[in-house]
Amino acid sequence: MAVLQMQRLSICAMKKNRKAILEELQSLGVMEIDTAATLDPDLAVMDTMESRQTFEKSVQLCDQALEVLQEYAPEKTSMLSALEGKKLVDKSSYEEASDHREAVLKKARKLISRKKRLTENKASILKLETQIETLTPWLSLDVPLNYSGTKTMAVMIGSIGGGSSLDEVYKRLAEDAPELDAFDIQKISEDGDQLCIAAAVLRKDAAKLEEALRMQGFARPSQSIRQVPAQEKEKLLSEIERLKKDNQQLEEKIRSLADSREQLRLVSDYFRARAQKYDILGHVPQSKQTFFITGYLPKKKVPALEKLLNEQFDLVVEAEDAQGDEVPVALENGKFAGAAEGVLASFGLPRWGEMDPSKVMAAFYVFLFGLMLSDAAYGLIVFAACAVLLKKFPRMSEGMSKSIRLFMYCGLSTLFWGIMFGGYFGDLVNVVSRTFFGHEVSIRPVWFAPLEDPMKLLIYSMLFGLIHLFVGLGMKGYMEIKAKQYLDFFCDVVLWYMMLFGLLIMLIPSDLFVSISQMNISFPPVVNTLGKVLAIGGAVGILLMSGRANKNPALRIALGAYDLYNITGWLSDILSYSRLLALGLATGVIASVVNQMGSMVGNSVFGVIVFILVFIVGHVFNIAINLLGAYVHTCRLQYVEFFGKFYEGGGKAFEPFKANTKYVDIKEETKI
Amino acid sequence: MSGIVWALLGAASAVILAGMGSAYGVGVAGQAAAGVVTEDPSKFAKVLIMQLLPGTQGIYGLLVAFIALSKVGLLGGGALDLSLETGLLIFVACLPIAIVGLVSAIHQGRTSVASIGIVAKKPEQFGKAMLFPAMVETYAILALLISILAVSSIQV
Repeated sequence: MAVLQMQRLSICAMKKNRKAILEELQSLGVMEIDTAATLDPDLAVMDTMESRQTFEKSVQLCDQALEVLQEYAPEKTSMLSALEGKKLVDKSSYEEASDHREAVLKKARKLISRKKRLTENKASILKLETQIETLTPWLSLDVPLNYSGTKTMAVMIGSIGGGSSLDEVYKRLAEDAPELDAFDIQKISEDGDQLCIAAAVLRKDAAKLEEALRMQGFARPSQSIRQVPAQEKEKLLSEIERLKKDNQQLEEKIRSLADSREQLRLVSDYFRARAQKYDILGHVPQSKQTFFITGYLPKKKVPALEKLLNEQFDLVVEAEDAQGDEVPVALENGKFAGAAEGVLASFGLPRWGEMDPSKVMAAFYVFLFGLMLSDAAYGLIVFAACAVLLKKFPRMSEGMSKSIRLFMYCGLSTLFWGIMFGGYFGDLVNVVSRTFFGHEVSIRPVWFAPLEDPMKLLIYSMLFGLIHLFVGLGMKGYMEIKAKQYLDFFCDVVLWYMMLFGLLIMLIPSDLFVSISQMNISFPPVVNTLGKVLAIGGAVGILLMSGRANKNPALRIALGAYDLYNITGWLSDILSYSRLLALGLATGVIASVVNQMGSMVGNSVFGVIVFILVFIVGHVFNIAINLLGAYVHTCRLQYVEFFGKFYEGGGKAFEPFKANTKYVDIKEETKI
Repeated sequence: MSGIVWALLGAASAVILAGMGSAYGVGVAGQAAAGVVTEDPSKFAKVLIMQLLPGTQGIYGLLVAFIALSKVGLLGGGALDLSLETGLLIFVACLPIAIVGLVSAIHQGRTSVASIGIVAKKPEQFGKAMLFPAMVETYAILALLISILAVSSIQV
């Protein structure tokens, strides 16, 4: 169980070396730099805002260019690609890419501007298409739309809304303007809502005719086109054609840059790292000639770092053991316990001075998880799937690989419990042998079948729960002894153990327990008396001692009585472990429902096909839903019941200053 | 009414009521989850787990119904001739998961919606967010336990 001992490191060095030193620290990635360190009034920080923003803009540029590439030349990714993790890149190829960064940025700009032109072209095409749409009614007109006539004759082109026909227009004209006679109106097109016409009239009567037509709702076309509509349409179509071709070329050009994807990624990460460096640089206090960095790193890495820095630069390093709540927390555990760190971290890392419960928790996690899923075949599947994933994607992110490793162990535990309880895809062996081979074969459980004797498993579930909780209380005691709080240890832990053990000894021979468990256990009278003594002694002790921080005796007793009331909390905590039984049964029963449904068609070729289909769908569903259930409820038992006894959490995670890249990991030559 | 009708009524109500509750719970949680995914598709897996949490009551209902049905022989063909009393016993034994399943799934669904809100804003707090709906589930599990114990201990 290890929370790493942290040291607070102060580095004082010459200002001219500050970028080099920061770069070194960043590439080593072992130290968390304290940016909130109080500033001496004589020292100043450099304003790096501007250069940082420039770098961040370059990052964005590359990322946008990558998005454009992804849109037009998508990279094939498999469903599991999320597990692949970042690609490992040699430092040399990273440096090579960063040397060509300007060229790469130019490519990125090119990609983005091409994308922009593509979008603009698409918008223009849409616009042109609507123009063609409005031209359509005028297509049979063979003069330009704004044609106004000859010297003596005026031509009026326009439309009349409201669905009136040409005859009606003539009729109304005769009524409204009977004095007009030398005019001619030609229909150009007609559809449901408008009539498009061209009217020819002597120039002297033009105003009159237009007036009369306007009364019927005549309007000239909204767009003025100096072309014959058909020609105009040709022009627009060829323009669309040109834009489309242009777009094709643009897409082609974008695709031709697809092989610079790698470079773009490297350069994006290069600028990302630089932006992070400048962010830190903006927090580093400096005087005229020197600058100071303070931060935290694990104690065992201090000498190596000191040596490395002293070899290259002139500087002074000071290290002291770090104390207090602001110290970041890093955990170090072996393979097994380390797997549970993710579960621990999602509750909260240990506070400063608190112990790391990963090891104990990992053991119980795997144990309880297996008990809830409890099917040998499911366990084997989970184990095999996780093992394959771990093997196939060695570079997946650390958190992901830890969780998968945890599930791999849980799979093993599930396999174990499945064999104990005789669950192999539920009762698959029985059903298959009965349905397809005529005589029933069954694999006997090594221990017992929960569905035949649920009360037995209930009692055991609570027993496992009790052990879990007692270990939790023991952890509390361990921490108090370590902190040399012996009185607290006695009052908070020993007295509770006494009372709980005493109550247990009294409970086991009682009728209530016998009727539930059908186990008749009787102790010799000495033990019974011991139980009573322990229970009463513990209870009295708690009553008197729990409120010991208070001087007022009445208040002290009241607080003690309140603490004694926590016994109900213990009761409900233990009852909570009955979910082990319920979830274990759920897996088995749903599995047998699936098997039963599959076997309903009976023993025939068709029956076998149905059985296989139902088997696959049903068991995949059952595994998924029960994995989720086991995961959620194991977490709950850890977080609520177990941690409730001793663990607070709330520590700040150790986040060393390093290049937080998005696409690639850079292989470092030096490592400490 | 003969006993078998009561037994079937018990099994049916376990499936119907618990299923209704889960349908509601998964439904509201799904609406919230879909909202999160429109903003950030990468949270899909996390919100999907949240959405599934209120779905378990329906499964528990199915489970109890299945045990009850196989108890009275309705599954393997050839229903047993139950006395009215035994039928009523099975009916009552199914009630805990039916009623608690209905109510707890609805509440768990609402809690899931709130937890999906946590995941949307602070995805790193997923572990804690998951815990709130799981607290509600406890009562469904207790009801399931009593229903299973009761149904399987009735002598037919």
